[in-house]
Amino acid sequence: MKKITGAQAFIEALRCEGVKHVFGYPGGAVLDIFDVIMDAHDIMFVLTRHEQGAVHAADGYARASGKVGVALVTSGPGATNTVTGIATAFMDSIPVVVFSGQVSTSLIGNDAFQEADTVGITRPCTKHNYLVKDVEDLPRIIKEAFYIASTGRPGPVLVDIPKDVMRGLVQFRYPEKVHLEGYCPTYRGHRGQIKRILSTILKSRHPVIYAGGGVILSNASAELTRLARLLNIPVTTTLMGLGGFPADDPLWLGMLGMHGTYAANMAVTETDCLIAIGARFDDRVTGKVDEFAPRARIIHIDIDPTSISKNVQVHLPVVGDCGNVMRDMLEELSGMEREIEDLKRTVRPWIERLEEWKRDKPLRYDKGTGIKPQYVIEKIRELAPEDAIISTEVGQNQMWTAQYYKFNAPRLFLTSGGLGTMGYGFPAAIGAQVAFPGRTVIDIAGDGSIQMNIQELATAVQYRLPVKVMIINNGYLGMVRQWQSLFYKGRYSHTSMAVSPDFVKLAEAYGAHGIRVEDPGDVEDAVRKALSMEGCVFVDFKVEPEEDVYPMVPAGAPINNMLLV
Amino acid sequence: MNERHAISILVDNQAGVLSRVVGLFSGRGFNIESLSVAPTLDPTKSKMVITTTGNEQVLEQIKKQLNKLINVIKVVDFVDKDYVEREMILVKVKAKEQTRAEVLRISDIFRARVVDVSPVSYTLALTGDQGKLRAFIELLTPMGIIDFVRTGTIVMEREMQSRKRSDQ
Ligand SMILES: Cc1ncc(C[n+]2csc(CCOP(=O)(O)OP(=O)(O)O)c2C)c(N)n1
Ligand SMILES: [Mg+2]
Repeated sequence: MKKITGAQAFIEALRCEGVKHVFGYPGGAVLDIFDVIMDAHDIMFVLTRHEQGAVHAADGYARASGKVGVALVTSGPGATNTVTGIATAFMDSIPVVVFSGQVSTSLIGNDAFQEADTVGITRPCTKHNYLVKDVEDLPRIIKEAFYIASTGRPGPVLVDIPKDVMRGLVQFRYPEKVHLEGYCPTYRGHRGQIKRILSTILKSRHPVIYAGGGVILSNASAELTRLARLLNIPVTTTLMGLGGFPADDPLWLGMLGMHGTYAANMAVTETDCLIAIGARFDDRVTGKVDEFAPRARIIHIDIDPTSISKNVQVHLPVVGDCGNVMRDMLEELSGMEREIEDLKRTVRPWIERLEEWKRDKPLRYDKGTGIKPQYVIEKIRELAPEDAIISTEVGQNQMWTAQYYKFNAPRLFLTSGGLGTMGYGFPAAIGAQVAFPGRTVIDIAGDGSIQMNIQELATAVQYRLPVKVMIINNGYLGMVRQWQSLFYKGRYSHTSMAVSPDFVKLAEAYGAHGIRVEDPGDVEDAVRKALSMEGCVFVDFKVEPEEDVYPMVPAGAPINNMLLV
Repeated sequence: MNERHAISILVDNQAGVLSRVVGLFSGRGFNIESLSVAPTLDPTKSKMVITTTGNEQVLEQIKKQLNKLINVIKVVDFVDKDYVEREMILVKVKAKEQTRAEVLRISDIFRARVVDVSPVSYTLALTGDQGKLRAFIELLTPMGIIDFVRTGTIVMEREMQSRKRSDQ
């Protein structure tokens, strides 16, 4: 068999993995790969304008499509620029593989030009990472990287490839299987334990399902929906779980946690049986941990054993893929019609109470004279197609989207939950648009966040990616201002965006379109127009500057302690 | 309740694995009391022994987080096992005319070995468990310890499990 270079082997390996899109940025240490990628017409390369954008784009691509996102960057500054993107994917368990160039093996450790200890820097924010020291190992390592990124609890993997490895020769053979003695995720839940959790659920009176991003990652929203409907159990989800259960279902309570709905937070506080599925009891969800679900038997289904009893002591854990576990639960339930009927009867008063809470304390905002951000989001929801993909930036824009954009299906909502990365939404939307060129992709942005990766406008224009960016422009780092207003005596220390660009002109300068909206009466037309325009559009909604997100649970307080409008 | 645990960790013998393990402890705020590491009979694997303290919940997390590392093959917590524990120390202690005999006497009682002698000092090597080493050091301290180094604890399960705590 003919020998090929490491760079060629890299491309062959991507082909074996079925990779069709790569996001990245070139530089000295990856020139060899770029030279080969130029001729690989079956792989579309997307040149972002910043390596952080490349990783977020790969991440958005992965969240929207369920496939592994791939990024390729150079050594040193190229690699360090990816760190925020990698950490974002890590916190939200997103399958991404990042390839970075590295100086030649003979130079490693010499403080060579554009050398950084990339593996050292990214060790704590990757699921795993590799430095390839021998071209012979390259195919196996790439195989392992994709395998580790996409299996078990998914996450980012980085592969650092020195320049001489790219130039070295290898007989390319792509392994069919991986052999990783220390890595074998548990996919099937323990059947006995599954029976025990069912008997606990069937004996409960006030059960609630609390589902997280794991449901989406394991493509288990159909199972979740069936299970909840079969047993008539109300459902709340985390930010990451939105879309995992249809928001138009009567059993839907809304999101829980710091900006959760009254009904969801009360349900979790009052429940006697909390069924956590693919969620990790994040502090933004639990509030004061000691008072979280104080009356409940807590059931926890998760593929990651470290998530179980990390923050909150769990009574009945099941380690396994949540889709598999719920399928097993449904199977066990198939012969239990009588018990199911009993449960449905028992929970009826509970459901009625929740209905009352939903009715009495719904999400609401006061209509004002200016444009209300919540109203903009409601209009986008009304006018965008049902399968539109929505990303957000971070801050109030993100929370209002989570509250007011009622997601009915999974993989439509892309947001940085765990790390809360401003600047995530726009490149993530670009990645999603690359995965689904024909669908509507919208970034609901803040005026602060959008400036953190605004350079990606050029990417959107170059590749004709018609992403719609709806800027909720309040002139503030709104979420931080809200905290200052509530907890720092209204002292707005450095949260005013006193100077921002003219977003309309800016978009136009890049060759995109811009629309400005200053009057509430124009919101609907502007959204309609933006959605119907070809190409990338920025819509600058000048909203009421000091609107706050409610409900809000002060940090560290129990979650039934909500500030309401 | 905070308890001392000896944990043995079988890992791939590769560059960077030690820093993954140590980074996990520092990154998550777990503490390492002692650490020893060397290749096993199979040169592709290494065994580490870490002693740490923490309550039950912390120890659960430490073990799960270790298991989550791709390069970690096996984690054993010895707390519920019957095991032998050894650590070696080297102590260089002042040996003036008045104290030379006393140093040797203490060394004898503990069955330490004299591994280096000078006109003003003895260097003693002693292996044992935590309690024995502590007592030894306490007795030598008044003599004047010049230098001191320890290997970190290593442990091995006893073949005959006579007093398994979990049985109690
Ligand atoms: C990279 C980064 N830096 C800082 C923060 C802290 N932070 C959280 S929300 C926020 C304000 C965001 O402002 P904007 O994008 O205008 O959104 P708004 O809250 O006004 O909707 C800031 C600064 C962050 N999440 N990410
Ligand atoms: Mg703002």
